[in-house]
Amino acid sequence: MKFCDLHLYVSSADLENAGRMLAKSSELGYVRVAVPLPPNVKEEVVHSLRQISQRRGLDFVTRLDLAPKSPGELLSDLRRFRRRFEVVSVLCGSKPVAGQAAKDRRVDLLCFSSVSPRRRFFGFAEAELASGSSTALEVDVAQILSANGSERVGLLASLRKEVAIANSHDVPLVISSGASNPLLLRKPHDCASLGLLFGVGSSLALKALSDTPAQIVDRNRVKQSQGYVSPGVRIVKEGLKSD
Amino acid sequence: MTRQVRRRYLALKLECDGSVEQRVVADSIFGAVLRLFGEVGASQAALRLIHFDGKAGYAVVRCSHTALPMVRAAIASITKIGDQPAAVHVLRVSGTLKSLSKKVAGSFLSV
Repeated sequence: MKFCDLHLYVSSADLENAGRMLAKSSELGYVRVAVPLPPNVKEEVVHSLRQISQRRGLDFVTRLDLAPKSPGELLSDLRRFRRRFEVVSVLCGSKPVAGQAAKDRRVDLLCFSSVSPRRRFFGFAEAELASGSSTALEVDVAQILSANGSERVGLLASLRKEVAIANSHDVPLVISSGASNPLLLRKPHDCASLGLLFGVGSSLALKALSDTPAQIVDRNRVKQSQGYVSPGVRIVKEGLKSD
Repeated sequence: MTRQVRRRYLALKLECDGSVEQRVVADSIFGAVLRLFGEVGASQAALRLIHFDGKAGYAVVRCSHTALPMVRAAIASITKIGDQPAAVHVLRVSGTLKSLSKKVAGSFLSV
């Protein structure tokens, strides 16, 4: 099984620390790692991070985290940046944004950063929309690890509800580390075991750490490759131009 | 003939900045199970720290085989040992100590 971590916080300004985090990921058994980058990231920075990852035997994936205030802002951001990144996630801070992100095919992951159940907007309506656009629900392990006491109780209750809704509507689930320091990184099987806390069985959790994220990255790489026209249609050979 | 109680042995790698004592590690693991699954869960887990190597940062814990998913989740949720930020990784799981020492390369159990 090839494990992916689609959410590893690495500072693009501090390449030494980035190297440590990527080395740790590789040591723990991940083969593919997505790093959130700023929208205006320079090509040289991406190249350096890709090289560091390759040295550690990791497949580097570029990721963009969008946190729009309105559906209009989300559409504008997607139009500007979608093609430059392999994975796009949307941090849903309001119900309208969650709805727009769920129905847009250009969005790969739906994220909810708040631990408060009132600030998490994944319900039946969003699940219905997400199932039609193959947008996945992302769960960050670091969020669970960092929370304590009643905060963690509330978070686990929300996650349990969201995962049940996602499963009932066939919305894919992705489990990521969301780690910003090496001590928040866990082995893939340890991350999967944490799924027990919010009602995800071992096999589904392992799929959420391997197959589902791999499919998202592969699908987007095909879309960004030369000759891609639409799903199932690609230019194999161009005909001669007649003058 | 099968044993009445089936057990699982977990080899753990501890990651933290300073050195830690056996008692503190045992408390952290037991505390994590207690916090996540309560007293009933902790009693079902039958958890016991049976080997500890503070210098190398290795430990072996034993639990009931039915409580293995709970114990793994609790161990993964540990972010502190004592007052120090830490992480605990499960290296291998096995049914006997003998097979665990065979599975863990360069075994620390033979020490």
